[in-house]
Amino acid sequence: MFDFLQGYDLLGAFWVTVQLTVYSAIGSLIWGTLLAAMRVSPVPLMRGFGTVYVNIVRNIPLTVIIVFTSLGLFQTLGVSLGADRFTVINFRLAVLGLTAYTSAFVCEAVRSGINTVPLGQVEAARAIGLSFPQVLRIVVLPQAFRSVVGPLANVLIALTKNTTVAAAIGVAEAALLMREMIENEAQLILISAIFAFGFICLTLPTGLFLGWVAKKVAVKR
Amino acid sequence: MNPLKTGRAAVAVAAAVVLSFTSAGFANGATGAVPRDHGEDEITVGIKYDQPGIGLKTPDGTYTGFDVDVATYVAKELGHDPSDIVWKEAKSADRETLLQRGDVDFIAASYSINDERAKKVDFAGPYLLAHQDVLIRADDDSIKQPSDLNNKKLCSVTGSTSAQNVKDKIAPDAQLQEYGGYSECLTGLENGVIDAVTTDDSILAGYASQDEFKDKFKLGGFKMSNENYGIGVQKGSELKAKINTALEKMVADGSWDAAVEKNFGPAGYQNEPAPKIGVIVK
Repeated sequence: MFDFLQGYDLLGAFWVTVQLTVYSAIGSLIWGTLLAAMRVSPVPLMRGFGTVYVNIVRNIPLTVIIVFTSLGLFQTLGVSLGADRFTVINFRLAVLGLTAYTSAFVCEAVRSGINTVPLGQVEAARAIGLSFPQVLRIVVLPQAFRSVVGPLANVLIALTKNTTVAAAIGVAEAALLMREMIENEAQLILISAIFAFGFICLTLPTGLFLGWVAKKVAVKR
Repeated sequence: MNPLKTGRAAVAVAAAVVLSFTSAGFANGATGAVPRDHGEDEITVGIKYDQPGIGLKTPDGTYTGFDVDVATYVAKELGHDPSDIVWKEAKSADRETLLQRGDVDFIAASYSINDERAKKVDFAGPYLLAHQDVLIRADDDSIKQPSDLNNKKLCSVTGSTSAQNVKDKIAPDAQLQEYGGYSECLTGLENGVIDAVTTDDSILAGYASQDEFKDKFKLGGFKMSNENYGIGVQKGSELKAKINTALEKMVADGSWDAAVEKNFGPAGYQNEPAPKIGVIVK
């Protein structure tokens, strides 16, 4: 029943999926946190930028963003992100697109965490002379992150599945291999099921582990 | 985690797996030969909606292309007026399922005959012998033979047979860009990021014949593979013999040549003579 799997690099394809996920997750955690900081900052211009960014980017379909990175950034504007082979360029463009998109969701998750920190703590921190970046770094964000591990796990799982969109610009990840196999083997249901199972293998442990972490680190109030 | 919770988690895993399998089964499952329930004279035909020259749904709701012309002729021979044809989109990945479920009576959608597919469905024809070819800019004379492709930038559709041929056989050293559709490849070809778009020459000729691309692109004329386009019918269907008769008649009375000229002509496409029914060129 599974002989047709021979000659396909299933693990290799899922490895690219994992790489896409990890790089984009790191990127969007950093950019998303910065955005969240902007959205709560005292500077109106930064607040405005954060709000506009989040509301525009999270309302654009991911496919549009990913295809734009290739057609708009790469083909038209010549942004190749320091690479000269399509495989590398496409991978980096996909990470860029996924990061830009996922950051909007990370930002909102982190911001909801910031809102769980009692206002009195911020006022106390300001009273002892801490600057805004210090208030965020030392007082607010550590508590905020502890309360949003669960929501961030949701974002991470969504990101893992969203990496399949990278096939639209030819990144050789799991969804691209799936299309090749469906094209060759005429086994639509079985192949889809195999790939669905592959994604469950990736996301289910992530969800269970981060759920456990969330409980461990939650701030008891 | 306490034992009770572990158990619950395990049940959830099992349920999730079972659900994902069964729902896929219900949505796309091959439920065997289900007779179609349709009006007296209606016939449902699967075609591509997005390939100019082959099968294209135009903004005003009409259908054009070589596959459409062939299907219309065949349907007429089977006793159905053009107005009784119900067109249905048959995307590449859905074609076997559409036939097995009986959602369509036959499929003419740049459907290359191969062994894996022939296990699932029956093929009438072939009605066109296409080859994998390249489309290059009209002023590009650096690509004269397939081996020139090796240091070039190629483009094709994600996961397609043509894309896989490039990677495995034709030009393993070439850079290959895969996109969701040929339109993205053509944008790249136009602005110089891509050197050649590759797929079946019939499809390329269809694109190159579009008004907006006329005189910009040319076909390489390399015959890098043989694609025998057949008309797919349900396994064991008696339609196969009738369609074969219709195709023979179409070639004999000149309608076949007229359809080729009409759909591929402007691109300077050197088509093969009409293939003999049942002869598959490997």
